[in-house]
Amino acid sequence: MPDPEVPVLTIADLGVLRAVEEDGGRLRVTVTPTYSGCPAMDAIRDDVVRALAAEGFGDVEVVTVLSPAWTTAWMSDEGRRKLAAYGIAPPQRRADGPVLVALSVRCPQCGSPRTRELARFGSTSCKALRQCEDCREPFDHFKDH
Amino acid sequence: MSAAVVTAEVAYVLRLADDALVLAQRLAGQLTRAPQLEEDVALSNIALDLLGQARPLLTRAGELEGAGRSEDDLAYLREERAFLNCQLVEVPERDFAETIARQLLFSCYQLPLYRVLATSTDEVVAGVAEKGAKEVDYHRDHAVQWTLRLGDGTDESHRRMQAALERLWPYADELFESDDVTRAAAASGLGVDPAGLRAGWDADVDAVLAEATLTRPQPVRRATGGRRGVHTEAMGYLLAEMQHLHRSHPGATW
Repeated sequence: MPDPEVPVLTIADLGVLRAVEEDGGRLRVTVTPTYSGCPAMDAIRDDVVRALAAEGFGDVEVVTVLSPAWTTAWMSDEGRRKLAAYGIAPPQRRADGPVLVALSVRCPQCGSPRTRELARFGSTSCKALRQCEDCREPFDHFKDH
Repeated sequence: MSAAVVTAEVAYVLRLADDALVLAQRLAGQLTRAPQLEEDVALSNIALDLLGQARPLLTRAGELEGAGRSEDDLAYLREERAFLNCQLVEVPERDFAETIARQLLFSCYQLPLYRVLATSTDEVVAGVAEKGAKEVDYHRDHAVQWTLRLGDGTDESHRRMQAALERLWPYADELFESDDVTRAAAASGLGVDPAGLRAGWDADVDAVLAEATLTRPQPVRRATGGRRGVHTEAMGYLLAEMQHLHRSHPGATW
């Protein structure tokens, strides 16, 4: 199921989809918001119910959990590749492995590490706006969170 | 559990919810009025985070109250005296410096508060706080960057940033006031007594002001009362705008 705001990613790629459980014929889908006020959450809940109904699952409960809080570390490698190919610089932190600091954000267009932040808040809560110093293209950066 | 304890619990959660809700409303009112387009986007993003924090807290307050009130009932159908937000979040800004000054004073309070509340005995409060702390960390950083830029900027930006601090400083003390509600919340593990956050806040804000070449104001008055439902003149206008649609068209949805 694609994310309504970043349709190149599925909600599983994004880490928003936490669990799908069956309980006596009823499906319970657990989702967690990227940001508290993420306006896409209602659309995601509706999309999940609709997609499952189309597959014949009529009895569906979508549960929103806040804790543990969503983090970009949950984004799948596949999701990171898809984001970069789409023109959005992916977040850098991962759930496993060392914490890397002061990494430059690479331009998703030309790959240059010489980029600068234009605005800390971008088109959605999860993104910041940057610009490449080499190819001059502005681009979205999916913030580490 | 006695009725008094329930009331204190509800009041405590409402204070958290109303701070976030009213500040979200204030910031949303600044949309299109920021000095640059990116700043409109930033302030609306912050407003959205705060609104997102307020909603589950309002729902939780309604559950604890047990009178069947939903988040919408609490946001749109309470009268001014029933709102328990601090006065700092309701004061209307007169320029961008005041928007930033308030964001600085408030987020430096809300961030350590949420960090402690992440271990609240109430699952909803803990969940909102754990998630909200990550968001407010970003809000605080945004406010600090602008405070440095305006304070240590031109003569005009410095003058206006200092004036903004002078105007809002009298509202800061209320954030740290202890009363029966905060003491009960601290005793039960639901919340914290905010008086304990004061020293950290002073050190945090003072360090920012020093770097921004700004002077800590020495206010001669203290504004207080919001936690008891006593608000400034501006609150009625804010609520009129926020509640008008819902009250005029009950049940209206997008």
